[in-house]
Amino acid sequence: MEKELWKGNEAIAEAAIRAGCDCFFGYPITPQSEVPEYLSLHMPQHGKTFVQAESEVAAINMVYGAAGSGMRAMTSSSSPGVSLKQEGITYLAGAELPAVIVNCMRGGPGLGTIQPAQGDYFQATRGGGNGDYRTVVLAPSNIQEAVDFVQEAFDIADQYRNPVVVLADGLIGQMMEPIEWHDVPKRKLPAKDWATTGRKGRDHHNIINSLYIDPNECDDFNAHLAKKYQLIKENEVRWDTKDTDDAELLITAYGTPARIVLTALEQLRAAGVKAGLFRPISLWPFPEKPLHDLAGQSHIKAILDVEMSIDGQMIDDVRLGVEGQKPISYLGHAGGVIPTVDEMVEAGKKALKEAE
Amino acid sequence: MAVVYQKSKGLTDKELHYCPGCNHGIVHKLVAESLEELGLLDDAIGVCPVGCSVFAYNYFSCDMQEAAHGRAPAVATGIKRTHPTQPVFTYQGDGDLASIGAAEIVHAAMRGEKFTTIFINNAIYGMTGGQMAPTTLIGQKATTCPLGRTKEQAGMPIRVSELLSTLDGCVYAERVCVTDIPNLNKAKKAIKKAFQLQMEGKGFTFVEVLSTCPTNWGMTPLKSIEWLKENMIPYYPLGVIKDTSAEVN
Repeated sequence: MEKELWKGNEAIAEAAIRAGCDCFFGYPITPQSEVPEYLSLHMPQHGKTFVQAESEVAAINMVYGAAGSGMRAMTSSSSPGVSLKQEGITYLAGAELPAVIVNCMRGGPGLGTIQPAQGDYFQATRGGGNGDYRTVVLAPSNIQEAVDFVQEAFDIADQYRNPVVVLADGLIGQMMEPIEWHDVPKRKLPAKDWATTGRKGRDHHNIINSLYIDPNECDDFNAHLAKKYQLIKENEVRWDTKDTDDAELLITAYGTPARIVLTALEQLRAAGVKAGLFRPISLWPFPEKPLHDLAGQSHIKAILDVEMSIDGQMIDDVRLGVEGQKPISYLGHAGGVIPTVDEMVEAGKKALKEAE
Repeated sequence: MAVVYQKSKGLTDKELHYCPGCNHGIVHKLVAESLEELGLLDDAIGVCPVGCSVFAYNYFSCDMQEAAHGRAPAVATGIKRTHPTQPVFTYQGDGDLASIGAAEIVHAAMRGEKFTTIFINNAIYGMTGGQMAPTTLIGQKATTCPLGRTKEQAGMPIRVSELLSTLDGCVYAERVCVTDIPNLNKAKKAIKKAFQLQMEGKGFTFVEVLSTCPTNWGMTPLKSIEWLKENMIPYYPLGVIKDTSAEVN
């Protein structure tokens, strides 16, 4: 397959079309606006639906309506806009509707900045809306992964009847990289016999709903969701490692910082420090056990977590995975400042020294 | 034996939860009959709101979606845009539509979304227990304006049909009530017309139904009907507010 040079946001948009996305509902916000821009032209050319909604709130509710009537639906936004979508996301989870939500994260809180950041980790992995629910969260570290994950996200959403978040950031969205278009592994997907498509002779009416007014019914429904989430935890955990076999210093990072860590690893190794990378790809379900097992290896002396967040957010999950087996240090910037290779090398050396 | 009357096939056998004297049951019946008579039941997809009619998905026999508070027009947009040949409707109260969902209804009408909205205006929040709505009349008491609504504090009540009529995408808006048989017949005609225009692809269609809320108005059902006639109709005049359907292809 030939490589093609694509801008991240446009590649994400094209990936949605290739994944059979039937409809896209969006709203402009930097740094993701190329997604709706691209789809406003290309969706109609494929006979698909594009609507620019009046707000992020409306966009996610259009996704709800379309997904509820059996369509492959997607929306995209960036941090402040994704905050507005949280109501819709909890309703999607509550009504068990498949949908894909792309977040090209930028700095926060509030209006923050338009530069890349990772301050939405908690929001994405803890369920930013009300109630006990989870969304599958996939974090690409380059544009190839972004297009692969967007395509697979539709299948994961359909398989589990659950919203899936592709958690990218402004750097992934705005940069250009060579990618290959290839098919993602096919999954066996259940029929959408629950969808409100009009009865068309069906002997019962379908209802899309998240209301269970009887507390026992609501309790039962939550138990049903918990069972589904357990299944997702068993099947959908993903991570990647680099140079961990002999590593004394283990760096944990996801998304954009993880690709910068790759250069830091080379420099650390050149300076005689055996360093490796553990990169969570599914942020929920978090690769807790693989991290636990790796951290338990005797050659690992110290762990350094690197994020584009001021005090770290994923670091909470890293701590839960490591369970105190090794000391954990942190390096991070927020507000659109990206941690540098030099900072990583220095923080890595310091972490090892403190561990000794 | 000759059957002179039977319940519409557009309604399920589920027992309605509405209070005595509430107009929701009547309006449900009119919507259900309209869909049935137009032969649309088997294709229709309805969207219900948050409010007293939150359980409407149990009562209408067509496929139904329950939307978040105020978001029914956005949900209906998602359905209709991907099912353009099928009848789609939202059924919303005044708190849902005129307050928290004001942006969604205005923009759906602006885009000329080809679905029908049935808007129940009873000048109060029913389900949450009688709080002031944007449609609550000046001087009308509610639990969040216990001394009566004042213009100074809450502004003047919103006339949604007139507001939406300023938008080109809205081709038909009529305000009706169901206080007596002649008005009920007019309401049925309006609802049916709205669905017909929708199926002809004319644009956004809107029927506002002035309704009673004896429970939260603190009146008997009969007194409520009188109150509606004496207080609501003067501020919310009945009739066709807009009909440009003949001008639209």
